[in-house]
Amino acid sequence: MKIYELIIIGAGPAGITAGIYAARKKIDFIIITKDIGGQASLSWEIENYIGYQFITGPELVEKFIEHIKEFNVEIKENEPVKKILREDKIFKIISDKNEYLSKTIIISTGRKPKKLGVKGEDEFKNKGLTYCATCDAPLFRDKEVAVIGGGNAGLDAVIQLSRIARKIYLIEIKNELTGDKFVIEKIKNIKNVEIMTGTKIKEIKGDKFVEGIRIEKEGKETEIKVEGIFVEIGSIPNSEIIDFVEKNEYGEIIVDCKNRTSFPGVFSAGDVTNVFAKQIIVACGEGAKASISSFEYLKYI
Amino acid sequence: MNKKVIVYSTRTCPYCRMLKDFLKENNIIFEDYDVGENREKLEEMIKKSGQIGVPVVDIDGEIIVGFDREEIKRKLGL
Repeated sequence: MKIYELIIIGAGPAGITAGIYAARKKIDFIIITKDIGGQASLSWEIENYIGYQFITGPELVEKFIEHIKEFNVEIKENEPVKKILREDKIFKIISDKNEYLSKTIIISTGRKPKKLGVKGEDEFKNKGLTYCATCDAPLFRDKEVAVIGGGNAGLDAVIQLSRIARKIYLIEIKNELTGDKFVIEKIKNIKNVEIMTGTKIKEIKGDKFVEGIRIEKEGKETEIKVEGIFVEIGSIPNSEIIDFVEKNEYGEIIVDCKNRTSFPGVFSAGDVTNVFAKQIIVACGEGAKASISSFEYLKYI
Repeated sequence: MNKKVIVYSTRTCPYCRMLKDFLKENNIIFEDYDVGENREKLEEMIKKSGQIGVPVVDIDGEIIVGFDREEIKRKLGL
């Protein structure tokens, strides 16, 4: 079996940037990934990626793809990696279709949405309940919906829905919204948004599709009628594919300032790591560093 | 020989883009409905697939929810 110099796992902002850097250094590498863009393609309004005062997630990802296609990079898309093993001095990457060998790897697998953990959640997934506002928001035109989570992702979903849905309940378990102040102010001025803080979701209700939610505020339980539920309560790192590098209490892969993990030859970048600030622009920078770092490492083995 | 392929999608969903790129790469002719705009087609999609989520692809009456490349290949005989 062919042994690559580098395999990048995951093609979000970190993985794509790592790929562009690796291509420019003429490293013999491939990218293996579930999808292209990762969480970035799910965000709606991006106003803090330098060079674009305003761009949507899908548009920014299109730009990323355009950029990486300039270099003849082999991207194995729709091929999630299941496990990474060490074999002597090389790594074996097992995807759902194939096996690959490489001298170094960059893990840039990002994060996945956290679940609510309430009754009805699994039953009504895709029956009104969704974890992807960017994908599914347009399906709820003139409906009443709830967005669960008052962090930046939740606020983003509210803004997107405010032009589509008739009414949006923004439900946050803490006593105040936790997203950027600038965006919170914007949302407070939107007429069809009702902000409900200190409010806990107890159950998703419905028959074939979502019909409502049972909520609790200050010990009192009530029900509100909604046909759509957008869950945006944070995320967990996609780090379970590797078990021989150190991780922190949140399951994030621990990296140093050169994106080295605790195991030589394994690098990691972006939201799957313990890097401070889970931002697209940070993930891109981290991907660049990981790529340069692996290039340096390859010179000495 | 040629199967009738209908895609139900929204403009913003990344998996819809992947699905449509895949069909184009394989020279498959398909009808594409933006169910974010076309309410009638949205109802049709929900009725056919029993769920609310995109993308949905209808290949000669067989429904596939999400971008399941292998399943689509099988149904199209690729």
